[in-house]
Amino acid sequence: MISREQVLHVATLSRLALTDEEVDRYAVELSDVLDHIETISALDLDGVPPTAHVVEVANALRPDEPRPSLPREAIFSQAPAVADDGFLVPSPQAS
Amino acid sequence: MSDIRDLTAREAIDQIGRGALSSDEVFGAYRDASAADELNAYTWVADEAPAGATDGPLAGLPLAVKDLFCTEGIPSQAGSRILEGYLPPYTATVVEQLQAAGSRVVGKTNQDEFAMGSSNENSAYGPVANPWDRERVPGGSSGGSAAAVAAGLAPWALGTDTGGSIRQPAALCGIVGLKPTYGTVSRYGMIAFASSLDQAGPFTRDVTDAALLYHHMTARDPRDSTSVGHPEPIALPTATKLDGVRLGVPEELTGEGIDPGVLKAFHASLQLAQELGASVETFTLPHAPHALAAYYVLAPAEASSNLSRYDGVRYGLRIEGDGTLLDLYTGTREAGFGDEVKRRILIGTYALSSGYYDAYYGRAQQVRTKVAQDFAAAFQRFDAIVTPTAPSVAFKLGEKTGDPLAMYKGDICTIPASLAGLPGISIPNGMAAPPDGGRELPTGLQLIGPAFRENRLLDYAYALEQHLGFDGSEARS
Amino acid sequence: MSTQQQEFETVIGLEIHIQLQTRTKMFCGCALSFGEEPNTRTCPVCLGLPGALPVTNARAVHYGLMIGLAVGSELAPRSIFHRKNYFYPDSPKGYQISQFDEPLCLGGELGGVRIHRVHLEDDAAKLVHAGASGRLHASQTSVVDFNRAGTPLAEIVTEPDVRSAEQAGEFLRLLRTTMRALGVSDVNMEEGSLRCDANISIRPVGSTELGTKTELKNMNSFRFIERGIRAEVARQEALVRAGESVVQETLHFDPRTEAITSLRSKEEAHDYRYFPEPDLIPVAITEEMLEAARADMPELPAAREERFLALGLVDELARQLAWRTELADFFEAALAAAAGDAAPPAVAHWVSDLVARIEQEDPADSNVTPAALARVVALVDAKAITTGAGRQVLEKLVAGGGDPDAIVEAEGLGAVGGEDTLGPIVAAALEANPDVAEKLRGGDMKPVGVIVGFVMKETKGRADGKEVTRLVREQLGL
Repeated sequence: MISREQVLHVATLSRLALTDEEVDRYAVELSDVLDHIETISALDLDGVPPTAHVVEVANALRPDEPRPSLPREAIFSQAPAVADDGFLVPSPQAS
Repeated sequence: MSDIRDLTAREAIDQIGRGALSSDEVFGAYRDASAADELNAYTWVADEAPAGATDGPLAGLPLAVKDLFCTEGIPSQAGSRILEGYLPPYTATVVEQLQAAGSRVVGKTNQDEFAMGSSNENSAYGPVANPWDRERVPGGSSGGSAAAVAAGLAPWALGTDTGGSIRQPAALCGIVGLKPTYGTVSRYGMIAFASSLDQAGPFTRDVTDAALLYHHMTARDPRDSTSVGHPEPIALPTATKLDGVRLGVPEELTGEGIDPGVLKAFHASLQLAQELGASVETFTLPHAPHALAAYYVLAPAEASSNLSRYDGVRYGLRIEGDGTLLDLYTGTREAGFGDEVKRRILIGTYALSSGYYDAYYGRAQQVRTKVAQDFAAAFQRFDAIVTPTAPSVAFKLGEKTGDPLAMYKGDICTIPASLAGLPGISIPNGMAAPPDGGRELPTGLQLIGPAFRENRLLDYAYALEQHLGFDGSEARS
Repeated sequence: MSTQQQEFETVIGLEIHIQLQTRTKMFCGCALSFGEEPNTRTCPVCLGLPGALPVTNARAVHYGLMIGLAVGSELAPRSIFHRKNYFYPDSPKGYQISQFDEPLCLGGELGGVRIHRVHLEDDAAKLVHAGASGRLHASQTSVVDFNRAGTPLAEIVTEPDVRSAEQAGEFLRLLRTTMRALGVSDVNMEEGSLRCDANISIRPVGSTELGTKTELKNMNSFRFIERGIRAEVARQEALVRAGESVVQETLHFDPRTEAITSLRSKEEAHDYRYFPEPDLIPVAITEEMLEAARADMPELPAAREERFLALGLVDELARQLAWRTELADFFEAALAAAAGDAAPPAVAHWVSDLVARIEQEDPADSNVTPAALARVVALVDAKAITTGAGRQVLEKLVAGGGDPDAIVEAEGLGAVGGEDTLGPIVAAALEANPDVAEKLRGGDMKPVGVIVGFVMKETKGRADGKEVTRLVREQLGL
């Protein structure tokens, strides 16, 4: 139901470097799950509105008032790689 | 077991208030027990009582907190390698609230990674043992919190419930677990799994304690747009009977797929309810069978997006790989996430991906509407809906890890209320032998109510509890 | 007709991002950053820390509604936010919170260009190349500053109604004027508070089908956008004439070399996997919100244009000035300075003349003050100097500023007029050109320019042409 190729495609979209063993295993396990999920395709859902939020409210809006930001030391203390007062990453262009 | 840890939370608060006990004595007794934990229920235990107010209604009582909640300066790892050692710069609103009411955090509890699981076997920090039988699972994802309360390592604990992660472990461990109405407790600081389903709730030894802790958890939090607070103050339950209470039993969740031993205890509870004056009637919840399918589209879909932020850049695990950006992302996430998390990210991404959205995510949202409509119709006729909490008693460690779908099916009774955002409470209602033989283990009874009707639900649960007389002290040795 | 001879029509749609001038970010209370030290304006929400949740900025919604009102959009009674999922270092959550199929505003029009939609979203962080401080040697690394992450953006998408680079420039200037008038944004392209991408395609004249479009990104001034569009249109036309087809891709225009290069990244086209943002609830517009937005609306360009027309300006001038705040402001300041000594249409004409002569976008940034311009107009109006002399004065003002009267004095530009001075010169001109005088007497006014030219030469251009002609007629008894 879900092929190796589809697993690889989705793994790319979600930035997971799966091993071959994982790709094979997940294809089987996820096919199992998807088979079960297929039960919803048989339902007649014409005209049924989707539920995006169970809470029936609107407009939780915040006044435009500044609040203190985090001190830099606090955020950098948890950062794996910091340089030049910022978070270090490989350049997107370089590969 | 020491006298102090025999007391319920309310009893302890009472005694502290009367001066018979000191807050620090109580905290110390639980802290020491937690530090000596052999169930692997904790990933962090306080070295000593934390500084802070011990007055307030919760009298400085120790609280075990699921590691999914951010606690400033204290590791908050969500059961994952990718957050190993992570120290948040802020504390979750609900924990802050409880601290303001006088709670003190005694430890962070073990859990299934990112709350994905029903057995606590998906933790990067090892599985948790069920205090009733250490070869068996405590349930999940809040396995650590459930085990800690059941074993008397903490008087009460915070957990989270997305598809059953409070109710099911409560049932498997013989304690009380409440999943409140969605939106009554703030999610700010609660590491997200499935945003439209996640809710924090209490694990306690009895219904009174659950009401007490929940009372201090509700609030409209301006930092959580989906939080609405609770329209009523939560009261301690007092009901001793169930006169005039109309209970509904959904046939889809009380027949096939439920272990005979569990069903037997369930029917005994229905009998008891009738003796207490309730009317019991079966009805149909037509979309209950599809709820599992819808849940396993929606929850992974939201999770796949919520977990995108774990990329090795700003916090957590970082694997450099070959030095490219792609390798940083894929290598970090591959090493940092366990199997179940990866499976759910893949399914969730698939369900949202181009060409599949309508068939999966779109339809699942529609099924969600149908489930809510089913419940709404049912609550025209019933005051509460009752089911077994879980289809089986605690299963053996390793028994279901090879079959994800089998593991998912353990959630069939708890998922429907999650989809509809309705409150559900599980109370221990008896014991049953597992199908593979062996000693008897706790079973749980679930009561589901209309939105914001926790007070009613707590009263019904309390009345039943008083008459069921379940004794969980064996697990608290 | 072969492709060689075919005429093409340019079809352009614009996608504009405007940073809103609120005090705090779109979904958290961090104050907006203006050049602060990196990573000092962040919090769990805009940094994407575990457990953080977004809360919508009421003022951003207010500004969004004002933009909708300004372009005549339909304001959605209920709109929701969606997650746009993609991985990039400048995206702390791994998704942007934006709006998808239920945006705040739908439809509208501005300057003859139809608006498709206006919606709200949060801005990305800034990616800075490593080594900026000189401390890092690797060109393979970048550094992320999250100060900008979460800044409120309004995205405005037009229909493909724009037909030329000039029209694109005109539209963008009008948009900027409008946003500045609303006070919702700084709209400064150089600083990044206004960004514009152009979707460009061509088709044979008369066709109604859309050709394959390309997307031109990362241009940071109106002039560059115009030049970029022209270059891309030329490139597409050349391709089609050569019998090849246009490939849909993302392109970059280098204004220094005029080169167009492909920005196509190595990944496949994005699958954003949009789904409704579960952490946010819908925005439902209340009567109060609508009233508040209406109450804050200022005079918009269209209304200003009406006013200018009523002052007697011709259509093109009224539009040219009203559609650019800086020109309208300068015009009104000059009018005020003139205090009745110069008529509005004349002032408008001279403002337009000034604009054509200067490099700056805003005449207030030039060396010519509104008062100086008003004085030039007044002098010409009073015939103290000729129109030609007026232009000379204006040129001097543009070059080095100063006072018009002083310049007139210094350059000896005062008009020569009146019968006493001009009369004898006109007589001398007629005497020196008898054949012309003959023709003129005969009723043929065509060669009068010769006489005027003679007089101009004698007076070094300071004579008033009309006055000379009048004297000619008088002296010849016509």
